[in-house]
This record gives sequence, structure tokens and C-alpha cells, in this order.
Amino acid sequence: MAQFRLPVNSRVRPGKTHPAATGAGNPRTFKVYRYDPDGSGPPRLDTYEIDMDACGPMVLDALIKIKDEIDPTLTFRRSCREGICGSCSMNIGGTNTLACTKAVDDFRGTLKIYPLPHMPVVKDLVTDLTNFYAQYASIQPWLEARTPPPPDRERLQSREDQEKIDLPSACILCACCSTACPSYWWNPDRYLGPAALLQAWRWIVDSRDEHTGERLDALEDPFRLYRCHTILNCTEACPKDLNPGKAIAQIKKLIAERRH
Amino acid sequence: MRLVSPLNRVLGLGSAKTGVEHWWAQRLTAVALIPLGLWFAVALAGPDELNYAAVVALIQAPFNSVMLILALFSLSYHSHLGVQMVIEDYVHTPAIKIFSLVAAFFAHIAVAVAGIFAVLKVAFGAAA
Repeated sequence: MAQFRLPVNSRVRPGKTHPAATGAGNPRTFKVYRYDPDGSGPPRLDTYEIDMDACGPMVLDALIKIKDEIDPTLTFRRSCREGICGSCSMNIGGTNTLACTKAVDDFRGTLKIYPLPHMPVVKDLVTDLTNFYAQYASIQPWLEARTPPPPDRERLQSREDQEKIDLPSACILCACCSTACPSYWWNPDRYLGPAALLQAWRWIVDSRDEHTGERLDALEDPFRLYRCHTILNCTEACPKDLNPGKAIAQIKKLIAERRH
Repeated sequence: MRLVSPLNRVLGLGSAKTGVEHWWAQRLTAVALIPLGLWFAVALAGPDELNYAAVVALIQAPFNSVMLILALFSLSYHSHLGVQMVIEDYVHTPAIKIFSLVAAFFAHIAVAVAGIFAVLKVAFGAAA
């Protein structure tokens, strides 16, 4: 049956508090989820007070400051710090987003930072995205064509056809959308989730791809596609302002269209 | 323990090549329930007093009998699709899932048939 409470050893308890240094001009409190698989005990919520006068404006700046100056054991993924790599996706102030493009000033009071919801935690803010990436691989995210490419040039595409794949191609696979979706929480093993479906749509709508039918066949499944109940947390969460919810609706529409 | 690759696990038993019928039927019954629901509200508001005789007379009007049967059919069908979705969403123990799906199927058919039979019995019975 469905499990509605976390197992005892997964319930988050209060952790250590690291107060700001005396004389901090602009202290802000961060509560950060901590879990160490090698350590003892259940996950905890550590409290860090940071002087924002001596810190960059983004949530990622604060996390890096904590790791550099207060607690080097804090673990999180980050790379580009400009919203293009998708590494620092996490749950900030109750919303899945990228730490590098979210300003601390967008929030009031204590800021709570958790890993992406309903994912296995590797350590602290790092989640295991193996299944998420396998789902992306399963939609065959590459061009499938039967017509050989012209010998002397690339496959041509009109400007308006190119524009159809502009937005879905901007997805950085940060997993903010999929891990914000309750339907994905309950059935992550069988429902592909908004991110993989947005990418499926990106190849379905590509005018050069000649496997549209096979792609729709593979998606026409009560779990893979139709587990989407148009909750639209995905579109709400996307830090790149993409619309996975609309892409899923368009896939459903195409599958309905080809029957009549 | 099963040593299978993550992709193998995601691909699973493959696509069921179904789901669009369920999706389409859910929307069709939802659309049907808009006029049927409005009619039901208007019909109930019609009689001055909702006593036994008034309701029997209401159901016995041929148009109302037909509308009531259509509403019962659409509502049971729509409810069955929804309950099935809820069970598939939340119930993951195979035996309990199959039992719940079968029970929901029979329960909805039983409710629909009982309701339609009741309407027919009143419609073809004597006036109250």
C-alpha cells in the first residue's frame, strides 16, 4: 500500500547550529538538510547563520560560503553557476529550483534548503539521478531518420520548424520538474516524468525525425505517459521557464489525433 | 536482488500501446456530465414540493427517464475511470492492486445496473 510517512530513520531531526561571527552586518539564517550515509544517525537540519554583506547574492553563493568557511563536509553539486549545467537543482524555500539562479533576497526569514524531493539521497543535497537519466535515455534522444542525409550538406529544416524545437531543446535536465510532480513521486519506476516527456516531444516535433510514429507508440502507455494528471507542478517549477505540461498535453493530443 | 541495468528497469515490459482510450473516455464522459448535471439540477428544482409522488412523476416523464439513465451511465463510467486511476497511482502491492481494480470494476457495474433498473421500474410502474 501507499506509504504516507517516512520510515523512522529517514525523519529529519534538528542538527547543529553555527551562529554568525560577532559583528555580522546582515545575518541570514539557512537551514540545510544533512545526511551522511557513512555517519551514524538519521538525517538532520543544520542551521547556519551567514553575513550576507560578505556573501554573493545567490543561494549557491551562500552554500559555497558555508562549505568554504564554516563546514567543509557540506556536500552539493554545482558547476557553471549560471543556470546552464543543471547541477545545483535542489529544493529551496519549498520550491525546486537552481541554487545558482535563485537570489537569497527572493525569500524572507529563514531559508530552508533540501535535496530534490522524493529522490534517493546520496549525501546531503546530492540525490541519485540514475533512474532519471535512464528514463531520458529510454526516449531515444537522438535523430532517427530513414532518408539518408544529402551527401553534400546537412538535413534542411525551415526556420519555423526549427523554432518548434528551440524551447524544448533549452532543457538542462536539472530534474526540478520531474521531482516536483506528485505523480512521479508515486510511480517513478513506470511514469517517465515531465523532463523525459518534454525531451520526447522535442524529437516528436522535430521535422527531420522520421520515427514520430514509433516514438508515439513507445509513449502510448497508461504509466509512461498517461500517469500525467495535469497537475502542472512541472511548468511551475521549471527554472528555465519551459512548459513540460504543455508538451505532454501535445503528445496526448497527437496520439488521440492519429486514431480518428 | 536483480542485477539489471537502469535502462533495462525503465524499459520494463515495454509500452502497453493503450491508455488513449481511457483518456478519451474520461474526457467524453466529463463533457457529457456537464449538460446532464445541469439538467439534473433544473429537474430537481422543478416541482413545488419534492415529495414521493412528485419525484415518481418526475422520473416517469420519458425525457427525464432517458436523461437519468444517461446520467447514471456517464457518472458510473466516469467514476470507474477515476477510481481505476487512483488505484493504479497509489496501490503498488500486486495482489491488492488487482483485487482493488476488479472490485472497483464490479462495484461500478453493479451500481450502474441497479440505478438504471430502479429508473426503469419507476418509469414503467404505476403512478404514485
